[in-house]
Amino acid sequence: MNAIASHFSYWATIALLVGGIFIVVARGNLFKKLIGLSIAQSSVYLLYIAPGKLIGGTAPIVAEGYATYANPLPHVLILTAIVVGVATLALGLAIVVRIREAYGTVEEDEILELDRAEGPERPRR
Amino acid sequence: MRAHLPALVVVLPLAAAPAIVLLRSARVGWIVASAASYGALVCAVLLLAGVGTHGTLSYALGSWPPPWGIEYRVDALSAFVLVLVALTAALVAPYGARSFLAEIAPERRYLAWAMYCLALAGLLGMVITGDAFNLFVFLEISSLATYVLIALGARRRALVAAYQYMLMGTVGATFYVIGVGLLYLMTGTLNLADIAERLRAVTELRPVLAALAFITVGVGLKLALFPLHQWLPNAYACAPSMVSAFLAATATKVSVYVLLRYYYAVFDPLTLFERLPTGAVLIVLSVAAMLVASLVAVYEQDVKRLFAWSSVAQVGYVTLGIGLDNAAGLTAALAHLVNHGVAKGAVFALLGGVALRSGAGALGVAGLAGLARRMPLTAFGLAIAGLSLVGVPGTAGFVTKWYLVLAALERGHGWVVAAILASSLLAALYVWRVVEVAYLRPAPAGAVRAEAPGPMLAAALAFVLLCVYFGFETSFNVGAAREAVEFLGRGAK
Repeated sequence: MNAIASHFSYWATIALLVGGIFIVVARGNLFKKLIGLSIAQSSVYLLYIAPGKLIGGTAPIVAEGYATYANPLPHVLILTAIVVGVATLALGLAIVVRIREAYGTVEEDEILELDRAEGPERPRR
Repeated sequence: MRAHLPALVVVLPLAAAPAIVLLRSARVGWIVASAASYGALVCAVLLLAGVGTHGTLSYALGSWPPPWGIEYRVDALSAFVLVLVALTAALVAPYGARSFLAEIAPERRYLAWAMYCLALAGLLGMVITGDAFNLFVFLEISSLATYVLIALGARRRALVAAYQYMLMGTVGATFYVIGVGLLYLMTGTLNLADIAERLRAVTELRPVLAALAFITVGVGLKLALFPLHQWLPNAYACAPSMVSAFLAATATKVSVYVLLRYYYAVFDPLTLFERLPTGAVLIVLSVAAMLVASLVAVYEQDVKRLFAWSSVAQVGYVTLGIGLDNAAGLTAALAHLVNHGVAKGAVFALLGGVALRSGAGALGVAGLAGLARRMPLTAFGLAIAGLSLVGVPGTAGFVTKWYLVLAALERGHGWVVAAILASSLLAALYVWRVVEVAYLRPAPAGAVRAEAPGPMLAAALAFVLLCVYFGFETSFNVGAAREAVEFLGRGAK
């Protein structure tokens, strides 16, 4: 019990990662897949940020009376990772919008069905 | 100026991208992108020469000394891959002018050039950086730009291909960052050389092994390691011709480089190959890729998909060389990055010319009928590049197979040699399908004799020439690969 409680942030990380990837694999809806992808990415944020936090630590500022401080580097790294995640999500959503325009659906099986019906040879649109 | 070459090689294409967006002209975009590509090539060649005379170069970005700041590190291995990427870029950039004209809507052309510059900057950055997290950022820069470039394909299934690649690529990148995070937790540093140094003092190996697993799977997704290759055939088949040629010659190769870098320069190779079955796993997966993907290629109807499947098989040769883990194997793996890069670059560049002239969206194998009459040079180039894929003596592909067979024999794996031969036979089958249709079937009635436009044909034939050149004069592909292998500490004793 103690092992679970003292490492709860890692359990949360694992749950987010596995849950996110499960959604990516199991859902046929392209929007929902992207949501799963974002959830999986957010597990990384937690993985980096949680160990950077020290209980009782302050911000890394040199001042009288403060000896322990939290490591700021993971937070900065994750700011970058969040930006990357936002860019990926934005691009993913943009592609899904264009898929909707081209196919009229965002369900993976329907898209594959349309592709199959079309056959391999087709002139440019 | 010379001292800043390591930064310049990345900054040139990176700065070119926003410049192109601001200038809003496809023509100017093409000129700027080509200039950036050639500039990067000049920098890369100077760096390779510099490494040859002065040894490893270290560049502290923003003058923050490593391991605190981001370090750019140019050594025998990274300089070799830098030259490969920049050389491909310099060949495809002039090719792209006509290819984009035919395949991409006018209002999107300049944006495509900006994306190409970002993809190039990302790939070069991945190679040159010595910082684990910086590598992730460059990986994402190049990946995001690549997804956009693939989505620009003329057919609507390009969008689906880009979407699938994006899903798998992002999962791969996420796995990579998780691996880096675990390494950071264990060592407290992000500089690759520093991580390697501090890992020696780490006694609790489990998180390190987890990091190894995450990085292997993450990078494996990006390099299309069997069975993580599902994104590749559609992505290469649906992308615009110039993008297919560029990606086929560089994208998976740079990921292989990242894997090599982690295996040999970060993780202790002893732990990796003697205490863990890393080698055995890689060998089995590579052999599976060589046989299964080649077999799929034999039955594939779409020409671009056929050669994309062949790429999966050829990446298998590279990972096989890594799995064998001896001097000959690693030399084969590194030399094959170049050898396969130029062969596939040639194939996709030539097919782009065929697609331009025939006007069909998807090019079926049957659509190549009578190609030798309609486009004799193109058909001849396809045949030569195909021979290199098979590994016929006198072409670059043979050099790789030779070293691979040597490496397998040295390890005493007779069955691997058999698999290499079987895979070459399958390659001969799928290449023969293409050559047979091109040379022996009559052209459809009314077909006119017209080669691809001059600049496209010239770039494609330059790739073909390199295929033959590297088959005879091996001082760049094998020579530099050997130096890189020695640098990795696996040189011949």
